[in-house]
Amino acid sequence: MNTQVDVAANESLVEAKREWEQLTLLPFAQKRPERREQFRTLGGIALERLYTPADLAEHDYLRDAGFPGQFPYARGPYPTMYRAQPWTMRQIAGFGTAVDTNARFRFLIAQGQTGISTDFDMPTLMGYDSDDERSEGEVGREGVAVDTVDDMLDLYAGIDLEQISVSMTINPTAWILLAMYLVTAEERGFDPAKLAGTIQNDIIKEYISQKEWIFPPRPAMRIVRDTIAYSARSLPRYNPVNVSGYHTREAGSTAIQEVAFTLAAGFAYVEEVLALGIPVDEFAPRLSFFFVSQIDFLEEVAKFRAARRIWARYMHERFGAGKAESMRLRFHCQTAGVSCTAREPLNNIARTAIEALAAVLGGAQSLHTNGYDEALSIPSEAAMKIALRTQQIIAEETGVGNTIDALAGSYAVESLTDEIERGCVAYFQEIEKRGGVVRAIEDNYFQMELADAAFDLHLRKERREREVVGVTKYRDDSQNPHVELHHVDEAASERQLARLAATKARRDPAAVAATLAELVRVAKSDENLMPATIEAVRARVTAGEIVNALRPVFGAYVEKPVF
Amino acid sequence: MPIKVLVAKPGLDGHDRGAKIVARSLRDAGMEVVYTGLHQTPEMIVAAAIQEDVDVIGISILSGAHMTVFPKLMRLLEEGGASDIVVIGGGVVQAADIPKLKAIGVREIFDADATTQDLIDGVERIVREHGRAAARTKLLQANAAP
Repeated sequence: MNTQVDVAANESLVEAKREWEQLTLLPFAQKRPERREQFRTLGGIALERLYTPADLAEHDYLRDAGFPGQFPYARGPYPTMYRAQPWTMRQIAGFGTAVDTNARFRFLIAQGQTGISTDFDMPTLMGYDSDDERSEGEVGREGVAVDTVDDMLDLYAGIDLEQISVSMTINPTAWILLAMYLVTAEERGFDPAKLAGTIQNDIIKEYISQKEWIFPPRPAMRIVRDTIAYSARSLPRYNPVNVSGYHTREAGSTAIQEVAFTLAAGFAYVEEVLALGIPVDEFAPRLSFFFVSQIDFLEEVAKFRAARRIWARYMHERFGAGKAESMRLRFHCQTAGVSCTAREPLNNIARTAIEALAAVLGGAQSLHTNGYDEALSIPSEAAMKIALRTQQIIAEETGVGNTIDALAGSYAVESLTDEIERGCVAYFQEIEKRGGVVRAIEDNYFQMELADAAFDLHLRKERREREVVGVTKYRDDSQNPHVELHHVDEAASERQLARLAATKARRDPAAVAATLAELVRVAKSDENLMPATIEAVRARVTAGEIVNALRPVFGAYVEKPVF
Repeated sequence: MPIKVLVAKPGLDGHDRGAKIVARSLRDAGMEVVYTGLHQTPEMIVAAAIQEDVDVIGISILSGAHMTVFPKLMRLLEEGGASDIVVIGGGVVQAADIPKLKAIGVREIFDADATTQDLIDGVERIVREHGRAAARTKLLQANAAP
């Protein structure tokens, strides 16, 4: 707004607000003072008492909001959004052996789930086989154990991989699991061009917050680059990277840091692939994102809208993207694990529902809602069913998806959207000044920013600026309702070791040695790692064997711990 | 001499938010704090504790593997002649396991509800009652007794 009439209207509005403060607010507040001098969002943004059109004086509707499916995509990546079809309901699952987790997938699909999401155990995530010494006590415990492509075949047995999209939460070993997925699809006769799915494969945030790493950042970036380049040529419906803010926020960052660090990682991957000479519009359409939906409802809705707008602007202005698909940010969302409490666990159903609503009003493409037992263990079947039902209630009963981006134009939401964008731009400038994302990781910049934010949030909780119902406030020590938890199957580890031994006994040792040697050769060159990895996986080489063969080539990452 | 604490993260799990907040809180309270970083084995933790000559080892564990990690740690400390180092823990530890851990010599398990002040007071108290100085005093008294 910048016409003379607008400026005059704005001035009179500011004047009227001042008058309201003097005549109405002040005398009232003297009798009934406000609860606090300053209110801040969970992410630490100072929240005004009242937002008015004057706060949006610089806001230009066409420039800053626009229409869904059009630049800058603040109102949504698609022109129809949930009026065409609701978001993908994608509950994560993973425990025990592939056979155990396959049964959970089938249960969730039978309950109306529309996507699959896979959680792997710590050894699989970190590149250790189930029979490695470091895996003791962790096989199949926090996710499913996958050592070879035979595990992958059982994991998705009976599921039509051309019809349902499959997401895998996997990072430093993502390229190996992608190779296993492709061999699985091939051996079952599916067309790679029809495979829809996602590997997380966001190694940057591993060094910042999730802390699953194998190799140092630079070779790790090359691996991500190779998966993106391979997918751009061979997997038109596959998302080779899911750039993730979830873990950074769960580790205690602010909302602004969540968006800023995540989009900065996205830009770093774009630069890495551009350096191969692949044009931006050939790969950027398949980049996808993952954010948390936290409990601070308005801040979260604004955060999602801001993330879309910033990504579109940078992709267009900095990287010269021309295709709509390269500029529109698509994201998966998960409700906040850290917002769930171990005390009175059923309260988590209410928290999760509110967070899920924020994700939907923020325009998420896919959503995982946490089980009420999130703070206690990996989810039980009963907890997952209520979590899925929560999404179904939002989709089928509330009607919030029947109009697009319903909270746009809210003075508060638009103001917060602007503020989050400004905060992110300041971070991008700082990161650039520090020599880019990889350099900033090596210098512990993100790690210290995150540690500071987490400590600040901790102190705010201790000062009780942030209350937690049933824990810091309204605490009821007389009872703590009991809920049935997921049962850890202690025998699963033995079953997995037997599975791995059986595959090793069946395979051709000469093919194992030859494909591994070829993979090492490729790793030492600058060729794409994917084809040689696919051949190794097809020969039933294990993930751990691949990692062990490449460690001498790429080196091992050793963190410089800071706090 | 300030109390010297080793904050340690055993296992493959990367949840280090709590460990870092604990490390910073104890440092701000005037203690000397060493943080191991992630993915430590019990052997690495004990070696670091002896090398750094700490009063306290604080284990942060959220993976569910505490019933294997703590017994191994206590055994290694004993073997290394360092059982006068106080061991405490925190993270996700089921209430039923706490008495079992105390029975093998773990002095305290702090749950997620513990405040920073609870933690600082707890460490100071435990070191006063069970730390190396207290152990030596007890030893001297025992030797001086007729």
